[in-house]
Amino acid sequence: MQEQSREGFGGERSAHGESVSAGGASASGASAGGASAEGSAAEDAVILTGVSRNFVDRSGRTIHALRDVSLRARRGSVLAVVGPSGCGKTTLLEMLCGLQQPDAGSILAPPAALMPQRDLLLPWLSALDNAALPLRIAGAPKAAARAKAEPLFAELGLEGFERARPSELSGGMRQRVAFLRTLLSGKPLLCLDEPFGALDAITRMQMQRWLSEALRHERRTVILVTHDVEEAVLLGDRVAVLSKRPGEVTADLTVDAPRPRARSQQAVIELRERALRALGLEDELR
Amino acid sequence: MSKRVADALPAVALVLLLLGGWELYVDLGGVDPVLLPAPHGIAVAAWQDAGTLWHNTQITLKEVALGLTLAVIAGFALAIAIHLSSAIRKAVYPLAVGSQALPFAILTPTLAFWLGFGILPKLIVIGLICFFPVAVSTVDGLSAADPDQLKLLRTLDASRWQAFRFTELPSALPSVLTGARIALVVAWIAAFIAETSSPTVGPYAGLGREIMVALNTSETAPAFAATAVLFVCAIVSFNALALVERRLAGWARPRPGENR
Repeated sequence: MQEQSREGFGGERSAHGESVSAGGASASGASAGGASAEGSAAEDAVILTGVSRNFVDRSGRTIHALRDVSLRARRGSVLAVVGPSGCGKTTLLEMLCGLQQPDAGSILAPPAALMPQRDLLLPWLSALDNAALPLRIAGAPKAAARAKAEPLFAELGLEGFERARPSELSGGMRQRVAFLRTLLSGKPLLCLDEPFGALDAITRMQMQRWLSEALRHERRTVILVTHDVEEAVLLGDRVAVLSKRPGEVTADLTVDAPRPRARSQQAVIELRERALRALGLEDELR
Repeated sequence: MSKRVADALPAVALVLLLLGGWELYVDLGGVDPVLLPAPHGIAVAAWQDAGTLWHNTQITLKEVALGLTLAVIAGFALAIAIHLSSAIRKAVYPLAVGSQALPFAILTPTLAFWLGFGILPKLIVIGLICFFPVAVSTVDGLSAADPDQLKLLRTLDASRWQAFRFTELPSALPSVLTGARIALVVAWIAAFIAETSSPTVGPYAGLGREIMVALNTSETAPAFAATAVLFVCAIVSFNALALVERRLAGWARPRPGENR
């Protein structure tokens, strides 16, 4: 697999396979199951070590978006990152995708494709051409790109809508086209930024089930950012909880329950409670 | 079709109202028809001069069509150059703005010296006047591409050219067409300026020259008749372009009832 290492200004270059030091006391404190100790580093597709990211706002104040975040995701697993709004989740994904550089720490990640919060489908292209966009960019001719994307439309329940413009699709369909575009980038790491955040509750539940199915067929490493704890527990192999700004890892939970998972499952409910506690929301549990 | 008629009704009613008021004002107010001819006088003049008018309309139409094409191509190309290179932007933008203040009479003798007395110098004048709205709105359209979309393309390893081709250019298309629409309307007065400021040989030289010649001999009614033709040409061509726009950038507006 292609590996690319990105260092911040203060970061030491970390060789792949080097043991990664714990990001902070808080990272291991609430860790469930000790998954971070298991598994050789060679199985980890994504390793973040002590990553910090700061911004300077208009009035010149420094804003700490992320502080000393250390995370790992094993190859072919889903790491759900959950946290309140403004905890630097999007920043985290943009760093993984190479759109931003960390100010400190190091990021080891394979080439990543981003599925942004807004679907960002191009309004002048059909659904099919939007999904096939990564292939076109990789140099495929229009017909070949379409031919490759077309069979996937049926799999995602989008058949018959190949030629529809994004404005003619429902929110759930748009998200599926955006997901297809992310898949067709062919990158080993998928960064999903609140993929269902803008959908209504019913569509969101359908889409969660659908995504967990889709990921069973398509084994990729996935970083799923969400503010929905339940979604994180339903879809993730691990759930990392980020605190309010500056985002720090306050819990790193392993989800052992087999898929597909149900909301009512005991393991799911327990993990959800632990994650909510790590978010400081235990009051909401009563 | 009946919807088209209904859409045109308010404009037709307003024109009739204005013409009626004008007619009454000239007829009852004792206005000298050399100063301001009544609509019926203009209609008579148009009827009498129909042959000349038609001939000159064709000349002006050709000038506008070719001049506008030149202007859209030049304005579009310039906008792309300005968008892609800040050096070109800094060098060319002030000159483009300045060009809009040129009194063309100062330029047309030189143009005639270079390009002769035919249609070419007029096309240059129309092009110089009309490229500006196209260039300005295209530059704005290109830089108004969604930054998040450009970011997404970067994660897909798109080259600069691909970002331009897949995002910036299509998202600028409605702006290009808006610029073209403004240019089209301006083109008719640009043709007038071109015709009246260019040295010309021969009796037929477009509606603009016909208007100036008529005014110089105090034949006001034929001048108004030619003006009315320009007026109608602007409206018709504007609507024709709107049709083209719907075809090219239909995605920019919702299409109710239309699916795949």
